[in-house]
Amino acid sequence: MSKSAEIALGAALVAAFATSTMAQSKKESPRNYGIGHVATAEQMAGWDIDVRSDGQGAPAGSGSVKAGEKVYMDKCAACHGEFGESAGRWPQLAQGRGTLKSHDPVKTVGSYFPYLSSVFDYIRRSMPFGDAQSLGNDELYAVTAYVLYLNDVVDEKFVLSKETWGKVAMPNAAGFFDDDRETAEKAFWNSSPCMKDCRGPVRITGRAGAVDVTPDEATKRGVE
Amino acid sequence: MADPNETTGTTRRRFLVGAAGLAAGSVADARAESAKNLPPNVPDWTRQPGEGVGLRPYGNPSKYEKDVVRRTVPWLTATPESSVSFTPLHQLDGIITPNGLCFERHHGGIAEIDPADCRLMLHGLVDRPLVFTLNELKRLPRVNKIYFLECAANSGMEWRGAQLNGCQYTHGMVHCVEYTGVLLKVLLEQAGLKPSAKWIMAEGADAAAMNRSIPLSKALDDCIVAYRMNGEMLRPEQGYPVRLVVPGWEGNVWVKWLRRLKIGDQPWFTREETSKYTDLLESGKARKFTFVMDAKSVITSPSPQAPVKQKGFNVISGLAWSGRGKIRRVDVSLDGGRNWRTARIDGLVLEKACVRFYYEFDWNGEELLLQSRAMDETGYVQPSKDALRKIRGVNSIYHNNGIQTWAIKPDGEVENVEVG
Repeated sequence: MSKSAEIALGAALVAAFATSTMAQSKKESPRNYGIGHVATAEQMAGWDIDVRSDGQGAPAGSGSVKAGEKVYMDKCAACHGEFGESAGRWPQLAQGRGTLKSHDPVKTVGSYFPYLSSVFDYIRRSMPFGDAQSLGNDELYAVTAYVLYLNDVVDEKFVLSKETWGKVAMPNAAGFFDDDRETAEKAFWNSSPCMKDCRGPVRITGRAGAVDVTPDEATKRGVE
Repeated sequence: MADPNETTGTTRRRFLVGAAGLAAGSVADARAESAKNLPPNVPDWTRQPGEGVGLRPYGNPSKYEKDVVRRTVPWLTATPESSVSFTPLHQLDGIITPNGLCFERHHGGIAEIDPADCRLMLHGLVDRPLVFTLNELKRLPRVNKIYFLECAANSGMEWRGAQLNGCQYTHGMVHCVEYTGVLLKVLLEQAGLKPSAKWIMAEGADAAAMNRSIPLSKALDDCIVAYRMNGEMLRPEQGYPVRLVVPGWEGNVWVKWLRRLKIGDQPWFTREETSKYTDLLESGKARKFTFVMDAKSVITSPSPQAPVKQKGFNVISGLAWSGRGKIRRVDVSLDGGRNWRTARIDGLVLEKACVRFYYEFDWNGEELLLQSRAMDETGYVQPSKDALRKIRGVNSIYHNNGIQTWAIKPDGEVENVEVG
């Protein structure tokens, strides 16, 4: 190859590289399609109801355990029971401490919920069932305080507000850890699982027919 | 083979088995044939024209298939508004679930949203908080992807042993459809992410206002804001008009009736990701943010609602899926897991989608213990229920991907059993 040909090739390579870099950077900077409208502060105020574990998003207002008792009896007790013990199959809200290791764990606000926000945010967005997002902020604080009281998390004089948020210590706050399946269950990764004589004699140890909880055909919905 | 109509004068248990037998396959299977329609006779439908076009502007399945429906387990929940119905897996084949048969899980009933009033808000740690109409979402670049969606509580009743006698009930909280929508990444780019953004919260417009936290890395990877399923607009039960698609992850994070995405720098720890959808182990501590659905499979037919009808050549049909990627292989055992043979996968093999597998065999009326075992492309092998329980105990509720056993009896009936 002549010197001039070499230079020409080099220049072509540089040009090609520059073009591909340009194409790539063009691809990397996302396109703004000019579609959608800026959300106004007013629009956001109506929908921005989430409250984080650190209390970010908690609204103004306050509510006492005492005030919460009335809200609870009026709007919650019919399903959740007067003491949070649950009526029928509705979620139980209180008791259950010390049961998580047993074969009948009872998961309640006191026994299981790690954060105050996990309760407060949920009541705010979806309770009372059938009339969601109807509670005023003071009612919301009050009824949450009462549920905490039912769980012996606060005393009867407690008043919940943004200011007292950090004083609530949830009993099971340390009860959770991040998904560790890829290490704790590493044995489930196996490139050549057993194909032949993999276990001893197989015995039937349980039968769904004996348990007899399967709905019969009469219970199906969506027909007729 | 038991007469499927023989259900009188017996115990309740016997009745249930008989009823399940009756439900096998379809009404067509249970109907008596009529000689006037069989050769050499010529049936009415060959002599006279049927209904013309236009009378069925939105077509339905044949009237003979009317028992192919979602079913419920009424005792499971306090109210139908916060409950579940199950996909009739035993009556389906291939990998795509028909829209009307996709299982339902609602926490506050089905929101009936007027598409004209549909709004999706994006705000939080963004440069420009935005609101999109449905038509605006449709104007953005589209993607089409087939994904499975499995509820984390699928098979949740089966941790302590065989409970529900039908694969519709044990495994029917899964479906697989093609979604059309806009990549969540594209939407986030329109708003512009602040450097501190790490998590997003998705929130529904339904009466539960369901909300879940999702790491930003997943949001930017393969999540879709979808408005169509299998070509048509989402069904109301599946979040019409807009839902979040979070491929391979537990169904609860696929927020339906999506109204808001808030970007933050830490998770929210909502009720649904703390008191629910966390996996309580025997230590009394619980795993949180167990998003990925482990590889799983189930033989859909034969199964308790789909008994074996004939001796001789038979086809075992099943579904397998993995939240970690593609299914690499499915093995089938006829003897409760002592010996395994590799099944034949037929049809598409896609990432985080269902695959259909078959195993053909001759059955001479002997008792069998059918199992299937899925492997995915990461080398994960679906574990036995015992292996799973050894690590997780029996209180997890969620993420039960253990191997299912169906016992085939000499009369062809099938029962959900536990083996040891």
